[in-house]
Amino acid sequence: MSLLEIKNLKVRVEDREILKGINLTLNAGEVHSIMGPNGSGKSTLAQVLARRESYQVTGGEILFNGKDLLAMKPEEAACEGLFLAFQYPVEIPGISNAYFLRSALNAVRKYRGQDEMDAMDFLPMLREKLKLLEMDDKLLNRSVNEAFSGGEKKRNEILQMAVLEPKLAILDETDSGLDIDALRIVAQGVNAMRSPERAMLVVTHYQRLLNYIVPDRVHVLVEGRIVRSGGPELALELEDQGYSTIESVARGASPA
Amino acid sequence: MSSNTDAIRELAQREYKWGFVTDIGEDRAPKGLNEDIIRFVSAKKNEPEFMLEWRLKAYRYWESLEKSHAEPKWANIHYPPIDYQNSSYYSAPKQKPNLKSLDELDPEILRTYEKLGIPLAEQKMLAGVAVDAVFDSVSVATTFKEKLAEVGVIFCSFSDAVKNHPELVKKYLGTVVPYTDNFFAALNAAVFSDGSFVYVPKGVRCPMELSTYFRINAAETGQFERTLIVADEGASVSYLEGCTAPIRDENQLHAAVVELIALDDAQIKYSTVQNWYPGDKNGKGGIYNFVTKRGACRGKNSKISWTQVETGSAITWKYPSCILQGENSVGEFYSVALTNNYQQADTGTKMIHIGKNTRSTIVAKGISAGHGQNTYRGQVKIMKDATGARNYTQCDSLLIGDKCGAHTFPYIEVKNSTAQMEHEASTSKIGEDQMFYLRQRGLKAEDAVSMIVNGFCKRVFRELPMEFAVEAQKLLSVSLEGSVG
Repeated sequence: MSLLEIKNLKVRVEDREILKGINLTLNAGEVHSIMGPNGSGKSTLAQVLARRESYQVTGGEILFNGKDLLAMKPEEAACEGLFLAFQYPVEIPGISNAYFLRSALNAVRKYRGQDEMDAMDFLPMLREKLKLLEMDDKLLNRSVNEAFSGGEKKRNEILQMAVLEPKLAILDETDSGLDIDALRIVAQGVNAMRSPERAMLVVTHYQRLLNYIVPDRVHVLVEGRIVRSGGPELALELEDQGYSTIESVARGASPA
Repeated sequence: MSSNTDAIRELAQREYKWGFVTDIGEDRAPKGLNEDIIRFVSAKKNEPEFMLEWRLKAYRYWESLEKSHAEPKWANIHYPPIDYQNSSYYSAPKQKPNLKSLDELDPEILRTYEKLGIPLAEQKMLAGVAVDAVFDSVSVATTFKEKLAEVGVIFCSFSDAVKNHPELVKKYLGTVVPYTDNFFAALNAAVFSDGSFVYVPKGVRCPMELSTYFRINAAETGQFERTLIVADEGASVSYLEGCTAPIRDENQLHAAVVELIALDDAQIKYSTVQNWYPGDKNGKGGIYNFVTKRGACRGKNSKISWTQVETGSAITWKYPSCILQGENSVGEFYSVALTNNYQQADTGTKMIHIGKNTRSTIVAKGISAGHGQNTYRGQVKIMKDATGARNYTQCDSLLIGDKCGAHTFPYIEVKNSTAQMEHEASTSKIGEDQMFYLRQRGLKAEDAVSMIVNGFCKRVFRELPMEFAVEAQKLLSVSLEGSVG
């Protein structure tokens, strides 16, 4: 059984059709990348997978671990092991990062019938994960994402992923706004989490991230459809030729 | 947004779990208010002549206000006229006079307090809290009296204070909130039937938190308690009050007065978790909480700090204030006020700077949900001689849904050019993006709302004693009834 199966997914936002029939299968252990120009529907796909309710699914189905993902609330999907690293992480004033992380972990553990973790066990575990992402302890006592730099926010997303240990991680433009050092650290964190039990969907505009996180498959999304799929070399081809060639192919015109 | 809305609605449907009625015999005054009733209340309590005289003066003053329709109308709250003759002004549980120990207390009342989770029994001494419990109008038990007496702290019901320490009562009663202060203060002075009294002598740090729980039980009564706390030179004390009431269809009036007096180098910390019955989801019933609280920093280097978490009552009208008379004295006000369904709150503080180098801090957090209307009203006044005075005010509103309202009325009056004033204000809504972010991490929608609200209130919760902070957080999530359209 595949970990994620998307069949002919169609999504509207207000009266505009954004996704026009997506098919995608992801097995445990695989890393796939979704690439595409701005406005192609990449982030919409990520948000729909995470069950954001402002999107209207008009057709198709999604099976996550064999279960109907579209019937789940966001928190149910999360507890089933789906994690979204946000493109724009949200600030929660007055709630410390450490408290937030432990609450999230315990919500997930509770859902799975596991005991809640107390602070004594939690903090040493968290410190280990911090090291991996070369993050300062001080970030634990600061309010969630408040006054974090762009790079700190993105690292904080990966830290949450490392704590929650999801089955499927969706990284939505995690590379945007990162300098080259931060990019390396984030990629290192992500790579450390690759495992035969876990799948990842890396959504990105640029090929640059894929130098560090090498995907098994690359899918090109244009105007709400996957127009090409291939191995990691496809990303390089795109970098070389840009999206315009593939966009015109998608429209049925011959390349210029 | 739909299941966020559901979560909030679910919270809304949690019942007010303190809404039980205790079946005890009660001794009550006939309905109505006149000089005979005042004499009746005073006689019931075997009061000395000076108390009766004071009550009568207060009553006559109140009556003149009532006749000239001088009930305050300036607050941003709306309610039908109150018929002051249609209420009973004294209700006491029937019991044997002169309780020797807690064992003699009506077991029904004890059970009520157990339901409320109040550590009334001495064996719960580990909790380290001394409790005075006021049931309807009468103080029924004060724990730890002896232990406190060892260090000279007086903590007793107001009636006992009148009986046993008349000189202290005479010296301080009405000196911070005179009966002429306002309509409800006058009414309280006339008919108050009990309350708490604290005196901490020179140089003594009160060895434990003092606590009062107020409970309105009887129907068609008002509760008018009066609290007086005096911290003598170099003394310090931390005092907590909590309050609950049964669910009743009619509105009940609660008009309390609290007076705090801090002499040289003394400190008083006063914390309130107010959870009177707020009325049902359509706005029927609930307590009118019209309260006058004021502290006087009379001595140099004295400090008075108010912390309040207001989640209950149909209407709250209250402005815990500080008169900063002594040089270098400090006033603080930390407040969380939550209004939900049809609750209304008009609350805030007054900081009156009189002495040199006086400082005040105001942190007010208003949360509105459902059709709730939440008003912050604050006054900071720097008098002519208050050289070097400073004030910092932060005033934030959080809106949940689109049918509620937040209003802010800060008044600032500066008569000394050396004053430094800071004022920060913000209004925000719980955002769909915040909700989605927290839910994507596995938190249920209702827990996500609680987390956002608790984060918003953190600056205030930090000021509460530990056990109270935990209680306040729970109370907020329970009180977060509301419907987002």
